[in-house]
Amino acid sequence: MIYDRIRTEEKELINAAEKKGVDLKAIDAKELHLTITEPEKEKENFGSVTIERCVSHFRGLHVTAILESKGINVINPYSVAAICGNKLLCSIYLAKAGIPTPKTIVAFTKEEAMKAVEEIGYPAVIKPVFGSWGRLIAPLKDRETTQSLLEDREEMGNPLYQIFYIQEMVERPPRDIRTVVVGDQIVASIYRYSGPDDWRTNIARGGRAEVCNLTEDLKEMILKAARVVGGGVLGVDAMETKSGIVIHEVNSTVEFKGAMSASEVDIPSKIIDYALKLSRN
Amino acid sequence: MKFKCPECDGDIEAKEVIEGEILSCGDCGAELEVTKKKDGTFELKVAESEGEDWGE
Repeated sequence: MIYDRIRTEEKELINAAEKKGVDLKAIDAKELHLTITEPEKEKENFGSVTIERCVSHFRGLHVTAILESKGINVINPYSVAAICGNKLLCSIYLAKAGIPTPKTIVAFTKEEAMKAVEEIGYPAVIKPVFGSWGRLIAPLKDRETTQSLLEDREEMGNPLYQIFYIQEMVERPPRDIRTVVVGDQIVASIYRYSGPDDWRTNIARGGRAEVCNLTEDLKEMILKAARVVGGGVLGVDAMETKSGIVIHEVNSTVEFKGAMSASEVDIPSKIIDYALKLSRN
Repeated sequence: MKFKCPECDGDIEAKEVIEGEILSCGDCGAELEVTKKKDGTFELKVAESEGEDWGE
């Protein structure tokens, strides 16, 4: 396992491996240097399967690319992490597969972003294409605030913030549905309620969790979403709207602390089993 | 286990630590990462602060 910070999830993965008698080696990505011009070098330091658990998306993504070049199976594969780490790419895959997802328009200047917002109508949401825990996600309620917010974004140095990802604000109860998928199986599903002082439902933002019983149709839709991004260990996020369920995100380095305590499912044990299965293939 | 905070020199006590774990200093509030020295003993280093690409 590659990590850069031991959160509850990583601790639980280490414990789960220990209980199963699996030799899991936890490696700090911050203490690595890897030779990319010699594929065979350093290969023996990693088993046949590596679980990538970096909290920094780009660090994890690049480590994955290198390990794959050395012939190591990574959970999740580079392509999956790249798609899930970018909201724009993720939306493209969901939409192409015909999975209901909120209406999304992307623009590359603030002028065109303004047009996109007007086309979607108020309220809308602006999200950075990368990043998470709801960071820099902002509701757009009227023309004036949108204008000043877009100007602020234009001032931000990072060129990725100049990709304006505008989405309809879905009318939903103050909760969403987080489902943890491992391989071709749904292992746990929870409602995530927004925290007391926030509209976003991220557990990292103080949201709370409650177990959710999925309908067969929804199970199928969630598994399909996991499949279209390439599969692996994933967190699929859905929202209940008046016109049905939409899937708005699939996450690659899934945080399952909330899902684990609410559902009482031993998610880390399932992930270790999945890794073992991959190592045998 | 007893540590000294690398930021404020405050005393930090922890029951059981694992490498990579984050402790916070009760005196100054600094977030500290448990790292392993070459001799196998643990030490605390100031942890990385939240990056723009952190999280799922």
